Amino acid sequence: MVYGILGLINFAHGEIVMIGALAALAAMKPLAASGLPGPLVALIALAVAVLVCMALGFAIERVAYRPLRNAPRLAPLITAIGVSIVLQQLAMLIWGRNYHSVPALLPADSYEVFGAQINALQVIIMAVAALTMTGLLLLVHRTRLGRAMRATAENPAIAGLMGVDVNRIIALTFVIGSALAALAGVLVSANYGIAHYHMGFILGLKAFTAAVLGGIGNLGGAMLGGVLLGLIEALGAGYIGDFTGGVLGSNYQDVFAFFVLIVVLIFRPSGLMGEKVAERA
Amino acid sequence: MPLLDVRDLAVHYGGIKAVKGISFAVEEGEMVCLIGANGAGKTTTLKAIARMIAAHGEIRLRDERLDRLPAHALIGRGLALVPEGRGVFARLSVAENLAMGAYHRDDGDIAADLARIHDLLPRMFERREQVAGTLSWGEQQMLALGRALMGRPKLLLLDEPSMGLAPLMVQKVFEVIRAVAAQGVTILLVEQNAKLALEVCSRGYVMESGSITIADTAANLLADTRVRAAYLGG
Repeated sequence: MVYGILGLINFAHGEIVMIGALAALAAMKPLAASGLPGPLVALIALAVAVLVCMALGFAIERVAYRPLRNAPRLAPLITAIGVSIVLQQLAMLIWGRNYHSVPALLPADSYEVFGAQINALQVIIMAVAALTMTGLLLLVHRTRLGRAMRATAENPAIAGLMGVDVNRIIALTFVIGSALAALAGVLVSANYGIAHYHMGFILGLKAFTAAVLGGIGNLGGAMLGGVLLGLIEALGAGYIGDFTGGVLGSNYQDVFAFFVLIVVLIFRPSGLMGEKVAERA
Repeated sequence: MPLLDVRDLAVHYGGIKAVKGISFAVEEGEMVCLIGANGAGKTTTLKAIARMIAAHGEIRLRDERLDRLPAHALIGRGLALVPEGRGVFARLSVAENLAMGAYHRDDGDIAADLARIHDLLPRMFERREQVAGTLSWGEQQMLALGRALMGRPKLLLLDEPSMGLAPLMVQKVFEVIRAVAAQGVTILLVEQNAKLALEVCSRGYVMESGSITIADTAANLLADTRVRAAYLGG
C-alpha cells in the first residue's frame, strides 16, 4: 500500500507488525489478570496495539521518510532498513530477548472442515482478514480519500493542483498501513501463541514476497499474493519430507517464501497482476 | 485591481535564471497569452504562479498573496492550472478524474457542474467509465480542461493546450477554450503556436530568455514586425 503511493518499499513494515504484537501482549497481561472476559481483553489489547502503531507509523513517516521525499530512490530504502533495525533494538530493550507466550483468550474449539482441522481462533482470523481486505479495497477504490490516494500515487504535483494536501494523504497512508500492521501482529501472535522482538523480520520479508508475487503496488495483487504464498508454504512444508525422502522436514517452511521471491523476480518481475512499469531513474 | 498581479517574479534552477524578475497583470474576464520560443520561461512562469516550484517575487490574486500559500490551497482561491502535456490521472477513470477536479469542494452544485461539463464535452460522458490512460491524446487534453473547470476557477492557467495535437483537435480544444472564456472565466494562456494564441486572446506578452520583451494588444502583436519575424514565420 505504501509502495503504491510513495514508490517506497517500507522495509520497516514487519517491525511495526512486531511492535503491534508485543504492545498488545503488554496490554493483555495485566488485563487478563484482572479477570475480565477473554474476548474483551483481546479487543482492548488490539485497540492499544493499533493506536501505538498508528502513532509509530506517523512518527516514522515524519522523521525518516518525509525529509527524503525528493531524494534518490535508494536513500529512503536504506533509511527503511535503518528504521527496521532501530525498531528491533528498541523492542529488544523494552521486551527483552525472550520469547513471550500469548495467553489464549479466545475459545480454541476445533472443527473438522473437509477433513482439515481448524479452530475457532483461526476462523476468527480468516474472517477478520477477509473483512479488513474488503474494507481496504472499498476505501481505496470507492471513497474520496481513496481517490485522492490513487491520484497522489500517480502524480503528487498534479494532485496538489486539485487541492489535495499531499503531505496529509501520505501521512494518512502510513497511519492506515500501520494500523493494519498492528492488526496483523495481533492475529499472527495469537495464532502461533508466541511473540518476540525478532518476529517482524521474517514477516516483513514474506509480506514483501507476497506483494511482489501479486504485483507490487497493486492492492488486489498483494492480497492474492498473500493467499497464494500461504498455500505454497503450507503445501510445500507438508510435502517436502516426502519429496526429499525425509532429508528436509517441515522446518524448511520459510525457504519457500524466498524460493517464490526468486522465481517471480526472474520470470515475472511485474508480478501476477502487476503492469509493466518503466523503472524510474 | 487586476485579478492576477505578478511582480518581479524570478525563478532559478540551480545557477540558471529561468525567469528573471518579470511583472505583468491580467484583468478579470480577460484572455491573455504568454508567447515565446521553447525555453523562454513560459511554463516556468505558470508553474511558479501555481506554486509548483519555488520562486521569488509577489503573486496576487485580487488582494491575496498567493506566494505565501501552499500549492494545494490555490484551487480553493479560484486558481486552476491545466499543465503541459496531458496531466490527467491515467489510471483513474474519466469520471474519477473529473471528481478529482472538484476535490476541494463540498457545495451541492458539483452534480450540476458535472452535467455542464458533459454538455461541453459530450465524449467525456460517453467514456466516463473508461480509464483515462486509454483516451486519445486530444481527449486527454479535453479531460484535463474539464477537470480544471470542475474546480470552478476564476482564473484558468493553460499550458500549451495545442501541444502534440492534430490540427483538427487543436481547433476543437480552442473552441472549448473560447466557450469557457465566454462563460466569464479569466484565462492566461501559454502557447508556442503564437498565431493561434494571438487570434483568440485580447492581449499578449512576448517572453525571451526569461524576460518579457514586448507587451501589447493581440492585434498589434500580430502586426509587429519583430513578432512576425520571430514567431509567426515572417
